[in-house]
Amino acid sequence: MQEYLLMIVAAMFINNIVLIRFMGNCPVVGVTSSVDSALGMGAAVVFVTTMAGTTCWIIQKTILEVLGIEYLQTLVFILVIATLVQFVEILMQKVAPPLYRALGIFLPLITTNCMVFGVSVLNIKEEHSFMETLVFSMASAVGFAIVLLFMAGLRERMDSAGRVPKLLQGVPITLITAGMMGLSFAGLMGLD
Amino acid sequence: MGPVLTAIVTVGAMGMLASLILGVAAKVFYVYVDPRIGQVGDLLPGANCGGCGYAGCTDLAAAIVQGNAPANGCKAASPEVAANIATLLGISVEAGERQVAQIFCRGDAAHAERKFIYKGIKDCRAAQLVSGGDKACTYGCLGLGTCVEACMFNALHMGANGLPEVNTDLCTGCGNCVKICPRHIPRLIPISQMAATYCSSHDIGKVVKEICEVGCIGCGLCKKVCPEKAIELDKFLSVVDPTKCNGCGKCFEKCPTGVIQAVVLTSKSLKMAA
Repeated sequence: MQEYLLMIVAAMFINNIVLIRFMGNCPVVGVTSSVDSALGMGAAVVFVTTMAGTTCWIIQKTILEVLGIEYLQTLVFILVIATLVQFVEILMQKVAPPLYRALGIFLPLITTNCMVFGVSVLNIKEEHSFMETLVFSMASAVGFAIVLLFMAGLRERMDSAGRVPKLLQGVPITLITAGMMGLSFAGLMGLD
Repeated sequence: MGPVLTAIVTVGAMGMLASLILGVAAKVFYVYVDPRIGQVGDLLPGANCGGCGYAGCTDLAAAIVQGNAPANGCKAASPEVAANIATLLGISVEAGERQVAQIFCRGDAAHAERKFIYKGIKDCRAAQLVSGGDKACTYGCLGLGTCVEACMFNALHMGANGLPEVNTDLCTGCGNCVKICPRHIPRLIPISQMAATYCSSHDIGKVVKEICEVGCIGCGLCKKVCPEKAIELDKFLSVVDPTKCNGCGKCFEKCPTGVIQAVVLTSKSLKMAA
């Protein structure tokens, strides 16, 4: 049990997928203008990453390794992720239309979010068991969602404070904020 | 089975399975979308210019169908399109006059002074940040063509004198050029407007005379001579009221700098206005 707890903390904070591993940076800048959309995007990514991570692990173990075609990993994983994202999109349009409209272009963009693919590959590379894969995928995605949420909260406050110099407004201040958040997360290194 | 065949068969099978799942999902989770939204969307220009205030043409189409936007909500579409949409939905269309953009500056290189030579990014918004632009006149056109790039309908192009020109046939009045220009030189006027003061300077006459030969010096002669009282002075800049102006042209002759002029439309627009 303890090892899973350690793994969750490590994946969420110490080796945060966005700030330490530098994956999935596009949505951190793109979808963080309001807390609502960040929350929706975060939830969608948690769902897709967990599903994709475990599905990719199963396919890797039962098909690719059995047939000895591990070199097709990249191709197959992308296929799985693309299908999943498409599936989530269809489902969301039916179940949660406001969320579907709020996420707009960013939902299909999860397909190209390298974080989803990165987590799937990391699972294989670090030789996780199935349970570890499940926990690691979800924890990494939650770490991503947390950064998204922090960022959206900070940006909303900065916007309402309205004291950002004109030449730093928008993306520049977001990147500076991301850098500072990265530094503070780096302070957690060595905890494990 | 050779390794190549294994790869082909496995990946092919997985692809088929994925498409099967998606196909089934699309049927099971099918969402009813009002077909009229699609029909209205087809009638709209589809440029997604955002001139209507909605996120795109599809959003506007949905708003029109739901009755949240008028049938002529699209600023880029011709009145015929609005009429077609109204017929499709069985609603009436409130007539609004078509608007076109005009460039309210005539200070080209031959007539207007420059403070310095700007050699930066070819974008008016960037030039504006460098000591407020290279033009001596703080209201005049910087002439780097940002509005031309912003126009989605190819209605703007840079003329030989380095100032943008409007093709009123193609201009839809979406207002993208108005929004993007750091100095708001392009402005929308009703297509029936006969005369306009092609200058944006609120500087006093002395300052304008020093830096530009074709600016409005705010002398007020046009206001005095106008029989219809259609001209007002707004901080040393004459402004023509399109509802009163009848295009008699008396002000054109009186204006010392020739800045107040007849609005020139391209042939097709002339017919539409008439």
